[in-house]
Amino acid sequence: MSREPWFAVLRPLSGRRRAGLWFVSFLWPLLLWSAVSYVPFLWHPMIHVTAPGDVTWFRPDMLIDRHEFARESEKILAAGGRAPEGYRANPIYLPAPHCVARALYTAFITKPVLRGDTWLHESLWLSIQTIFWGFVISSAVGVPLGILCGSYAALSRVTEPLVDFIRYMPAPAFGALMVAIFGIYQEPKIAIIFIGTFFQQVLVVANTVRKVDPALIEAAQTLGANRRKLVWRVIVPASLPDLYNDLRILLGWAWTYLIVAEVVGISSGITFFINQQAKYRNFDNVYAAILIIGFIGLLTDQILAFVGQRLFVWRSGRASRLRTLAGRLFAGRYVLLFPEEPEGDNT
Amino acid sequence: MTPAADLPDYRSQSPAVAERFRRIKERPVVLEIDHLGRRFEGQHGPVTALRDISLRIHRRELVCVIGPSGCGKSTLIRIVAGLDAPTTGRMLVDGKETSGPCPERGMVFQGYTLFPWLTVKRNVMFGLEMEGMGPDQAEAEARQWISLVGLDRFAESYPHQLSGGMKQRVAIARALAPNPRVLLMDEPFGALDAQTRAQMQAHLLEIWRNVDVTILFITHDLDEAIFLADRIVVLKANPGEIQEIIEVPVPRPRSLAQVSSPEFLATRRRLDELIHPPVTEPAEHLPIIRLTQAGDDVE
Repeated sequence: MSREPWFAVLRPLSGRRRAGLWFVSFLWPLLLWSAVSYVPFLWHPMIHVTAPGDVTWFRPDMLIDRHEFARESEKILAAGGRAPEGYRANPIYLPAPHCVARALYTAFITKPVLRGDTWLHESLWLSIQTIFWGFVISSAVGVPLGILCGSYAALSRVTEPLVDFIRYMPAPAFGALMVAIFGIYQEPKIAIIFIGTFFQQVLVVANTVRKVDPALIEAAQTLGANRRKLVWRVIVPASLPDLYNDLRILLGWAWTYLIVAEVVGISSGITFFINQQAKYRNFDNVYAAILIIGFIGLLTDQILAFVGQRLFVWRSGRASRLRTLAGRLFAGRYVLLFPEEPEGDNT
Repeated sequence: MTPAADLPDYRSQSPAVAERFRRIKERPVVLEIDHLGRRFEGQHGPVTALRDISLRIHRRELVCVIGPSGCGKSTLIRIVAGLDAPTTGRMLVDGKETSGPCPERGMVFQGYTLFPWLTVKRNVMFGLEMEGMGPDQAEAEARQWISLVGLDRFAESYPHQLSGGMKQRVAIARALAPNPRVLLMDEPFGALDAQTRAQMQAHLLEIWRNVDVTILFITHDLDEAIFLADRIVVLKANPGEIQEIIEVPVPRPRSLAQVSSPEFLATRRRLDELIHPPVTEPAEHLPIIRLTQAGDDVE
């Protein structure tokens, strides 16, 4: 074991510790949840009735509040009847981890109850499409506009105050309006994701662009770059890695808007699935669906992060072995990722 | 002060050096700075950063500008580069008045300003592409410049893979590639360690011997200025004005051995006098504050 202290200020962790703590960050909520679910005396505020005894309104498999159950038992015992039986349970909205784990699989094979209900994978696919189009349309307009606003103060002054104002209007507030304009199917939902993303995007992108090192711009000017080329050949490539990360963060926000967007007009997608399953009180399926959104988010983000490292090899001197290999495979003859040259060149 | 008797006058030149200066002065003037002034609007009223700077630099001359910090030497080179505008005066390149940044005045900056997303080769190609040169020709030319600064092996490397000295060599190649009339250098070796800096100075002289370019070099390092320059422009601060222009009597080609030559030392002495004027009034006697711990046995 290394002698490094665990809480050294501003020091990076070793690779093994980083990986270990990554698991711990997921492990502790799972342990907490398992404890509450499986240790009978922790919380468990309800009684799952197994035999109703002589209590007239109890039914087998009913969930009764613990104190209510105790009162009823006392009453019935005092009256000389048979006491009800049951075991402690958690409320229906907190299924045990294994139920949710099972639901992660069964949710996909649960037949839609009604005609018009959808399979989970259909719901998910619809949601992903909605997000995709909302985000793509927003980025197609927002990123170029943001770059222009960041580059030219005059453009920034004529757009950003308005954008800043609209940004404070909650996107769902436009729901009714969007339905009136775009109808009740996917279009208003895409429009709401657009509204939720676009205005933030313009400001975030403009700010990132403004952070480009002015020395690079001056260097390019002395090399004869005109104003248009400064934007295309310097500002855009210089801010690209940061813009890419901005978009990663904004994509996360788009998922948030998805859930409110999908109840606009005809409820659809993953939100519809969640609401429908909650209606049938299949809370394990509800959790499964929420977790799946989380997994999709985490997975996309990790893939995008990996692709980002691939795209911007020039960003850091520390090339991981995997990245070096991938760099050789993908980057072709332009990237020679040889080991770091020692300082102090004697040529 | 050591007695001046053992050193020659910094103004006395050997016949070879005098001949060289005569030939330089016969060459056409490439860069003319004419009564240049720059005022900034400070918090406490206007501040004059530069006043009445006039300077004529001949073709293939290497002129260094030195001065105490705050004398406006960076402002001066930024104005010449076109990155800042003068409040008064004008600037002529080859007799034609110019303003604004232009590749005829290439610049090497103090910080590292290579484009980090481009390889060494593509960094050097940048200026050529801005001129509208085709990619094949630009690449061929860039390779020659990279060779000239001795970095052939690193043509496909990214800047983050290079040491500080190598980065500045690429920056020199990049600035020279579009064939500037004047190469402006703003303390380009300031961030390097002493050993690398000495190598870079020798390297710069080597490059300059092979290229038809006029160099205006800003530095605060007196030895660097003497080692590199034909003439040294000494500025003074508040306001930034030319104090003296020194013709360096050290013969060329320069080598590190000359650092202890009488001409070098005489010039060095003169620069010291100009930059750090001798204290005439003895400083007021200040009470000595004991900083040692009580009980320490100190006299």
